Amino acid sequence: MTFQYRNVFVDNTSTVAGPYEAKGPLSKYFDKTFDNLYHGEKSWEMAEAKTLEESIELVLKKAKKQKEDIDVIISGDLMNQITSSCYSSEKFNFPFLGIYSACATSVEGIILGSTFIDSGKVKNVIASTSSHNMSSEKQFRNPTEYGAPKPKTATFTATGGASILLTNENTGIKVESSTIGRILDYQQTDPLHMGSVMAPAAADTIYRHLQDMNRTPDYYDLILTGDLGLYGKEILIDFMKTEYGIDISSNYNDCGVMLYDLETQKEVLAGGSGPVCSALVNYSLIMEMLRKKKIKKVLLVATGALFSPTMVYQHENILSIAHAVSLEVIK
Amino acid sequence: MLLLGDMMEKKKYEEIVNKHKPTETRGQNAFIAFVTGGLVGVIGQVLTELYVGWFDISTKDASTFMLVTLIFLASLFTALGFFDKWVTFCKCGLIIPITGFAHSMTSAGIEYKKEGPIFGLGSNIFKLAGSVILYGVVSAWFFGLLRLIIMGG
Repeated sequence: MTFQYRNVFVDNTSTVAGPYEAKGPLSKYFDKTFDNLYHGEKSWEMAEAKTLEESIELVLKKAKKQKEDIDVIISGDLMNQITSSCYSSEKFNFPFLGIYSACATSVEGIILGSTFIDSGKVKNVIASTSSHNMSSEKQFRNPTEYGAPKPKTATFTATGGASILLTNENTGIKVESSTIGRILDYQQTDPLHMGSVMAPAAADTIYRHLQDMNRTPDYYDLILTGDLGLYGKEILIDFMKTEYGIDISSNYNDCGVMLYDLETQKEVLAGGSGPVCSALVNYSLIMEMLRKKKIKKVLLVATGALFSPTMVYQHENILSIAHAVSLEVIK
Repeated sequence: MLLLGDMMEKKKYEEIVNKHKPTETRGQNAFIAFVTGGLVGVIGQVLTELYVGWFDISTKDASTFMLVTLIFLASLFTALGFFDKWVTFCKCGLIIPITGFAHSMTSAGIEYKKEGPIFGLGSNIFKLAGSVILYGVVSAWFFGLLRLIIMGG
């Protein structure tokens, strides 16, 4: 399912990043960073909600928009019942839509927001997402102070909140088209190797996007997957080549690999993950590159693993999904 | 046929995944766990000997004192926030000894304190240690029974 949009543009983006991300190579591109994972709150869950709230405030400020200008906010995160999104949006009084597709949530939000705007029914939409290393560890794995050893293939949930403001006014950066992903099952069962779970979904969505739009990978200056990590990235390049005969290696990268310095930040293992991982990279560095016209066409492919701890304990396969959106510099 | 094709495709994918799988440093991990686990054992032995000397008690009583000491230290270090880093490094060297048991309870206790004394701390403190207790009791019962049957008590 691929759509093209006529008049949807990126007004502004905002990123609030945690301490591990602030030590990474993209530090200077973030709007705001913080040192303590509690971020002045009593619990990890409220700390996550606060980062998201700050990113929403920031994107309004950067775009010089008032609360009343926003027609709807579309938000999602990893917490049970997407509480980070609810608790962070409450004080703004925006009409609210909550969504979930794990780490593919950021692009799902952009797709929905863009479709709303393109329909002519609304003018300004915020799509936002967050994750928090500690709240995710607590929900999906062991108590945070346990420090259970992990294999090299494991990824590290990024901490932060990120928002994008979409509008119907021409800002020079256009949301050009999008492809909605399908849920795939490649019989993967290892929650500590998410790259292998999500790579087929990324490949499927990239392939269908290129088919539907009648394009080759070199149409884009950059193709970015969300959080496949070091090994998932290798798997995707290999799988794209053997399965679809498409070589993406020349202009492809993964946000999970870009968010951290994998050489010095050994604790992140194979790289970053979580819904905010791709958003932190895309809404900071990539937006900056688009604004400065260093790149003109970019395909953002956010990848999500669909499962819960319960399903993993019941030995069910981990499902995956990937949504793609194409951004272009016009004028 | 479709299903067969599907299976083939997924088998082919598994091969790609395995091709890009990094090799874990198992030998190194085992060595670190062996040395650090051994060190915990040495500390335990030294403590036992010291307690026997200092308090003039039996070795059996001294080893109980030693266990309490190790449990206290592991819990204290977890609460101070650096024991998880030691566990990540030493792995089973610290998880298998009594230190691991204490650490699993303290870390769960810290984590779920915010949900209150009943639904947080009370229901979750044995989140990791619960299995150890359950299967410890079950296997103790089982081996006790075996001993009774084979050796007559």
